[in-house]
Amino acid sequence: MRTFWPTPLRKTEKACKGKGISLFAKGRLFIVAAAVLSGLTAGSGHAADLELLNVSYDPTRELYQEFNRVFCEHWKSETGQEVTVRQSHGGAGKQARAVIDGLEADVVTLALAYDVDAISEKAGLIPEDWQSRLPNNSCPYTSTIVFLVRKGNPKDIRDWPDLAKPGVAVITPNPKTSGGARWNYLAAWGYALKQWDGDASKARDLVARIYKNVPVLDTGARGSTTTFLRGIGDVFISWENEALLAVNKLGKDQFEIVVPSISIRAEPPVTVIDKNADKHGARNVAQAYLEFLYTEEGQAICAKHYYRPALASVAAKYASQFPNVELFSIEELFEGWDVAQKTHFAEGGTFDQIYQPTR
Amino acid sequence: MTTHRKHTPQPVDAPNAPPLVAITESAPVRCGLIGLALIFLSLFLFLPLIAVFGNALRNGIVPYWEAICAPDTQSALRLTLLTAGVAVPLNLVFGVCASWAIAKFEFPGKSVLITLIDLPFTVSPVISGAIFVLLFGAQGAMGPWLAAHDIKIVFAAPGIIMATVFVTFPFVARELIPLMQSQGNDDEEAALALGASGWQTFLRITLPNIRWGLLYGVILCTARAIGEFGAVSVVSGHIRGRTITTPLHVEILYNEYNFAAAFAVASLLAAVSIATLAVKKIAEWRTEESAVGPFENAGTNR
Amino acid sequence: MAVASRHRSIIPGFGLTLGFTIMYLSLIVLIPLSTLYFKAATLSWSEFWHTVASARALAAYRLSFGASALAASINTIFGLLAAWVLVRYRFPGKALVDAVVDLPFALPTAVAGISLTALYAPTGLLGRRFEAGGIKIAYAYPGVVVALTFIGLPFVVRTLQPVLRDLNPEIEEAAASLGATRRQTFLKVLFPLIFPAALTGFTLAFARALGEYGSVVFISGNMPMRTEIVPLLIMTKLEEYDYAGATALAVSMLAISFTLLLCINLLQWWTRRQQHSGLWPSQ
Repeated sequence: MRTFWPTPLRKTEKACKGKGISLFAKGRLFIVAAAVLSGLTAGSGHAADLELLNVSYDPTRELYQEFNRVFCEHWKSETGQEVTVRQSHGGAGKQARAVIDGLEADVVTLALAYDVDAISEKAGLIPEDWQSRLPNNSCPYTSTIVFLVRKGNPKDIRDWPDLAKPGVAVITPNPKTSGGARWNYLAAWGYALKQWDGDASKARDLVARIYKNVPVLDTGARGSTTTFLRGIGDVFISWENEALLAVNKLGKDQFEIVVPSISIRAEPPVTVIDKNADKHGARNVAQAYLEFLYTEEGQAICAKHYYRPALASVAAKYASQFPNVELFSIEELFEGWDVAQKTHFAEGGTFDQIYQPTR
Repeated sequence: MTTHRKHTPQPVDAPNAPPLVAITESAPVRCGLIGLALIFLSLFLFLPLIAVFGNALRNGIVPYWEAICAPDTQSALRLTLLTAGVAVPLNLVFGVCASWAIAKFEFPGKSVLITLIDLPFTVSPVISGAIFVLLFGAQGAMGPWLAAHDIKIVFAAPGIIMATVFVTFPFVARELIPLMQSQGNDDEEAALALGASGWQTFLRITLPNIRWGLLYGVILCTARAIGEFGAVSVVSGHIRGRTITTPLHVEILYNEYNFAAAFAVASLLAAVSIATLAVKKIAEWRTEESAVGPFENAGTNR
Repeated sequence: MAVASRHRSIIPGFGLTLGFTIMYLSLIVLIPLSTLYFKAATLSWSEFWHTVASARALAAYRLSFGASALAASINTIFGLLAAWVLVRYRFPGKALVDAVVDLPFALPTAVAGISLTALYAPTGLLGRRFEAGGIKIAYAYPGVVVALTFIGLPFVVRTLQPVLRDLNPEIEEAAASLGATRRQTFLKVLFPLIFPAALTGFTLAFARALGEYGSVVFISGNMPMRTEIVPLLIMTKLEEYDYAGATALAVSMLAISFTLLLCINLLQWWTRRQQHSGLWPSQ
């Protein structure tokens, strides 16, 4: 990570752009006008120095805002180079699709490995074994799934089966459109498997009863947060970091967090997008950027934003922030994302079956 | 327009057409209709508008101003203006051409052509964006060629502009076609018969006749170009400070729990309707100036 | 039609304007849209059919087409009323009302969705009152209709306004002097004149409502089989990296709406022809 490599700037891009336009001019007039304009705006933006594009999912905004600032200072003091980190946030699936379709991300930091696998599989921008390249399965931080309830816990929610009780309204996003919601779904399923010795039919029953209690399936996690803030629902199934953020930012007097007895270890992975980073001559800085996440300084920032740090020393320091809960991993109970996706969320999977009309 | 009228509903009386009692409704009916229209518009337009401004100013005027002056907001506004600045004129030219061809002539397949013009409306914004990704994206039909020449279309300004042009494509044409059809060709034919050239006829006869429809078309087109979210969201890539348009920026602020700032920026977009008001006032004022023009009385003096 | 074209031949510019129209249309609309077709064509027939005719998709079509038609009808009735009031009468605040009509376009759909949900949710200002009366608006069918009405309103008002402005007062004077009541004048004289424009407004509002995504997903609740619109289903497919499935749904939706719109446009062309040849049924 301490590299003194002379880093080529993204000059080539601009030089070629001129040629591209002249070639294109024979084609569609309006595209040319647009391309020229974009050339101008882009040209004024990054005159020199390095730029990284980090394509991430929704809840990491605050984390990377701070992390980027610290990293840029760190990089400058190490190498003397100015580096600008650009951020792009959105639903994890949508973001992965954008990268596959040509959004030139240098690094991705997404919600689930399934979406990063898709980048490898469909666009070939990264090797298949990407997840083994960084420590801890390429997950510098983890999180879990907890419940956010109204102050005083009026419906007396303690654990997963309470969500299936009649009269409890549960808020969770649609697992078909939200990566985070898939963790929610699998957490409930996994709890049932653990509780009832792997009895899949009991798991299916519990999850189906929970989803029968869901009045609104928003398309994204933050949409669900808004619905819950609006006063709809009794429980909001959420990322632990989102729940902590919501409580601390939006009202300690309104909500409280309930931790279930068993939950899932949510592992949002990070990786360098090799082909893009190489093209931009930004490989070293991209690699350093992700490695910096694993340093004590980087881990402290993660913990500060309510992500469970991977580094034991930092984890110990912030232990009071994160309640003790029995966690299982997706490999342990679901044989990894590929299988989980096919069984539960693909067309006709267990999620679709819940909503099959039973006439 | 600006005279001191009593605050009771009155028929608009054109100066050259003295009001006939028989061609308007009785005062109670007028009041009833106005009341009904206002109730409907309040439920659907004013309450959301008030909600937007109320939320925007919840924390006072200073945070409002700060939200608007933030560098990210400014760059989003610039990109939005650029997008509208390209999309609207293109669709304006197209709209006038298309409505001329469709309204002034009969030809087979006309209904099909009109329906094709309507088509972008029915296409879901998500799909409107996706088609450009399918066409120009890295996995798309033209992707390898574009990559080889290092031309960026999707996830850059050109893609955003193209998606906007697509989404706002029918507006001007669709405003003008019914208007020009209802006006018929008599005025133009008279002018041509009197020896005016085609271009003169268009500028002096048709353009004044269609000015209201044209204005509404441009206003709608601009409003939609500025406010488009779905299609742009697919082609934008959401790179902060680079490919974020104003509506996308609103979403970002909202998702950061920065509700007041989100609504502050949204209120800027809502204020476009106020700009509409100004444009219309100017147009009305200019119309009154030129009301003595030779073709004004050709049945368009309402 | 032959008669008509001979009659109109003195107007110049047909070739130029039609040529440009078709070229621009192909470039902006047809070529990009054709990619949908090609992508969907990678599916076999049975796969295609399985995607577009699943129970879930059928429920979504019903919702999308039904709610859009309902919203467009509401818009046509109240949009005509609003346009009439704005063109014909003078009342305080008229200029402001006129300006606000464009709001649904300028406001990003997500903001519209959030604002409407805030108002019509069971905890919202209006939703609370409806809820007390046992009517659920947000997160149910009426919520979808509310959002679709909101986004389609400008089409009807703005299409009717110029046409209403253009109505020649002499027609109404003639009708009145012949002894027609105001109601008769409106129904038998004015309505036929503004009918084509009203139909255009309906068509546009309907078309726009079919594709709407941003505002509806906030207010509908997105429950499979009940309040799931077709665009959301398409989004779901994209989320599964199933581009072919997504485009298959889009193509089927496009085909249905194209047919519907074509019928409406033909109806309109037919009414206009009847009118022009003086055959408007006057009963």
